[in-house]
Amino acid sequence: MDPVSSFIGWLAATPWSIALHESLYAYTVIEAAHVLAITLFVGTIAMVDLRLLGFAWREVPVSQMSARILPWTVAGFVVMFATGVLLFYAIPIRTWHSLWFRAKLVLLVVAALNIFLFHRRVERDRARWDAAPVPPLAARIAAAISLIVWFAVIVTGRMIAYNWFDCDKPQSALVQALAGCSSYPNDTF
Amino acid sequence: MSLYQQFAGVEAGRLGATIKGSLWLFPAIESVHLLALSVLGGALLMLDLRLLGAGLTLQPVSAVEKSARPWLLAALATMIVSGVLIAVSEAIKLYDKGAFWVKMTALAGALLFTFAVKNPLARRDISGIGARALGATSILLWLTVAIAGRWIGFS
Repeated sequence: MDPVSSFIGWLAATPWSIALHESLYAYTVIEAAHVLAITLFVGTIAMVDLRLLGFAWREVPVSQMSARILPWTVAGFVVMFATGVLLFYAIPIRTWHSLWFRAKLVLLVVAALNIFLFHRRVERDRARWDAAPVPPLAARIAAAISLIVWFAVIVTGRMIAYNWFDCDKPQSALVQALAGCSSYPNDTF
Repeated sequence: MSLYQQFAGVEAGRLGATIKGSLWLFPAIESVHLLALSVLGGALLMLDLRLLGAGLTLQPVSAVEKSARPWLLAALATMIVSGVLIAVSEAIKLYDKGAFWVKMTALAGALLFTFAVKNPLARRDISGIGARALGATSILLWLTVAIAGRWIGFS
């Protein structure tokens, strides 16, 4: 078995993982917090992206949106990430082999790259277009990618709950390869 | 006809049966409901944070209300349409869920508060303790709607 699968298997066998999985309320409360924090995290990102696209908040300088709104986005991300890690920890094996979860991880990497490129390149000459109702094309593209990717993260996250592509059901060779079904343990539920 | 019979009739109707009979329609509608939730949360928070003395404090309250309004309305419309479709497909289940009725009651209260109290006062640039009370009440009301909504799936 590959090291990652061994680690996931070990994680699933830890007492806290089992306790969380079997808990009556803890898992439910964490999941509710994960869903509701979308409003704080993606909600505030969406407003900043709409500003960068020139669709909303046109009278507010971009620097003001960043300084006043993005701290709330970061707070939202902290809640999302902490609760997300706990949700994974409660159900490690099935989640790791979920096609939707894997797609979500790829999307998160794309989102991170987009943020990195935006701050490194697009935002560098912000002083020139800070108050412009419609920012330059590069900024609008970054904002559009951000909106699309975060929306896709929400959808793939929601779809993890559906078992259409789970390894314990008959799957095509493609799904089996993408979900890593060869390392899916047979004796787990 | 009793309310329960009406709920059962709606679920058995063409729309309810179509959504129930489809593998992907329900998840698709759910996803739209969640995406609209994010925009609704953003639009509400922009004004509520401003009323609480955070966020876009360099802008007048009335300007924040005006800029957020189209997104608030678009997100609410999408939430309501997708929410009705979800409800139609599982009306019988909802009839028996306390969380559903809590959500509908809180939703009525939140809508009334938003459009009859909070936004009209925001348009008049309310400030001070009154503004803070509006922002806090709004967040609490909408949070109740959201938590009760999530609880429908659990209870």
